[in-house]
Amino acid sequence: MRLAEIVEPPALAKPAPAIALSFRGAGVRLGGRWIWRDVDLDVEQGDFVAVVGPNGAGKSTLLKAILGLLPLSSGSVEILGHPATRGNRDVGYLPQRRSFDPDLRIRGVDLVRLGLDGSRWGVPLPGVGHRNTTARRRVDEVIELVGATAYARRPVGELSGGEQQRLLIAQALVSRPSILLLDEPLDSLDMGNQQSISALVQDICRTQRVAVLLVVHNVNPLITYLDRVIYVANGRTAIGSPAEVITSETLSRLYDSPVEVFRTKDGRLVVVGQPDVAHFHADS
Amino acid sequence: MPIADFGGQPTPSFDVWADIQQLLQFHFMQNAFIAGTIVAALAGLIGYFMVLRGQSFAGHTLSQVGFPGAAGAALVGVTPALGLLVFCVGSALGIAALSDGRGRERRAETAAIGSILAFTLAVGFLFASLYGGFVEGVYAFLFGTFSGISDSQVVMVAAVAAVAVAILICIGRPLFFASVDAEVAAARGVPVRALAVAFLVLLGLAVAETAQITGTLLVFALLVAPAATAQQLTARPGLGMMLSVVIALLVTWLGLAIAYFTVYPIGFFVTSLAFASYLGARAVRWATRASGRRAAALA
Repeated sequence: MRLAEIVEPPALAKPAPAIALSFRGAGVRLGGRWIWRDVDLDVEQGDFVAVVGPNGAGKSTLLKAILGLLPLSSGSVEILGHPATRGNRDVGYLPQRRSFDPDLRIRGVDLVRLGLDGSRWGVPLPGVGHRNTTARRRVDEVIELVGATAYARRPVGELSGGEQQRLLIAQALVSRPSILLLDEPLDSLDMGNQQSISALVQDICRTQRVAVLLVVHNVNPLITYLDRVIYVANGRTAIGSPAEVITSETLSRLYDSPVEVFRTKDGRLVVVGQPDVAHFHADS
Repeated sequence: MPIADFGGQPTPSFDVWADIQQLLQFHFMQNAFIAGTIVAALAGLIGYFMVLRGQSFAGHTLSQVGFPGAAGAALVGVTPALGLLVFCVGSALGIAALSDGRGRERRAETAAIGSILAFTLAVGFLFASLYGGFVEGVYAFLFGTFSGISDSQVVMVAAVAAVAVAILICIGRPLFFASVDAEVAAARGVPVRALAVAFLVLLGLAVAETAQITGTLLVFALLVAPAATAQQLTARPGLGMMLSVVIALLVTWLGLAIAYFTVYPIGFFVTSLAFASYLGARAVRWATRASGRRAAALA
């Protein structure tokens, strides 16, 4: 496996963990205002990172910058040491969405296969060529990995939200990316599915050594699975373990105003006094 | 009907081989079969993508645009096929320019298409009234004919279809990706917007050619019904495209044969057969779903 080769150290000294993604003084300006600026952060390979913050704080913008879909106004974003560009095969992406049209008559396997060679020109030739066999095996393998084998040959439009989400994760994973960007994949799911998708993503991080950035509205359902959290608010970001970032001190510093974080008896975090985001964007 | 010129109403012998020989004995029927075959294959293929992309309304409008195209050509004095081609491709570009083409939200596109539809029909009406004494030709262009396809028309149909299929082969896979999931395709570096424009032009070409057989009002018979039928029957893309083409071919051949042996127009038969296949596919799917539910309930 390609990734394993990169990651496996020559058994010498303790290896430094490879950096999958790094922001250096990065900023994005849209329509004359900074969405965020002076962002410095590193994500290591195999890290499971949640991107949290209030609505409109620029969480999706962060992903778009990594995808090379938005030009940076300052600084740099590097993926495995290379500047972020559009169409980078090292980055898998699952956009924010509702769900597929129930009338979409395409099978799950076809959807996953598009992640492998969908952007290549021409048409796939029917038949049993070597490339075709390899591709089919890879598609089956990744579908197995996300646990979607039972329904991968049914039309996607007929599947439930959780089932579609698993297939879309498979689609994003099939080209063996080093970084996986998931924009609110838990949003339309019930609690049970939120838990199982979170566990699946954590498993992918561990076994495939993929760095995952998962945008989420409410961090509580997946807090036990996470390695780190990126908090985006007020045009700035903070990164660290959930225990470091989601604290009264860090969030108050981020917001420039007093914010309190409480931990409930069952371990859930409650943020109180979080100011309205719109307020911050009105002046700049 | 022109069949009368060939010495009375032909009757089928119900000996398949003899009937096929009888069908193909006249040059005009040979031309009709060649052009019909090319057009059916093209419409089946492009139609698959049109139904997948949810752009049936765009296809509908482009087909109606054939009417002012043909009327304009008659007015200027060029071959109607050329008028069709110019108007269909021109309107395809117009739809592309007036809609955002991102494929996910079709609201802007639907409004743009509706406006273009109304305007082009009005222009066609103007052309027809300026030309005067046009009724016979308009009728053929609205509802189709198979007796008047010239050799040069067959060559033109073949050439346009060859170009369209060649383009489709080049852009097929990314177009499929962009049709199913525009956002992910764009992130993967697929030029979604350019492909949307390219596809509308292909659709314009397919409509312009199909209209010469089925008439501009009945283009849908070959463009929508076979593709929609195929997508009801299978969710496999490759098989779906093949089925769509096969259904379009069968419908066209059968329609031509029945029209030859009766006094009724071809457009009616092609459309009715296509509609019947669509209804049949819906019934099949409804039945399999119902039996699936019953099995699930029993299990």
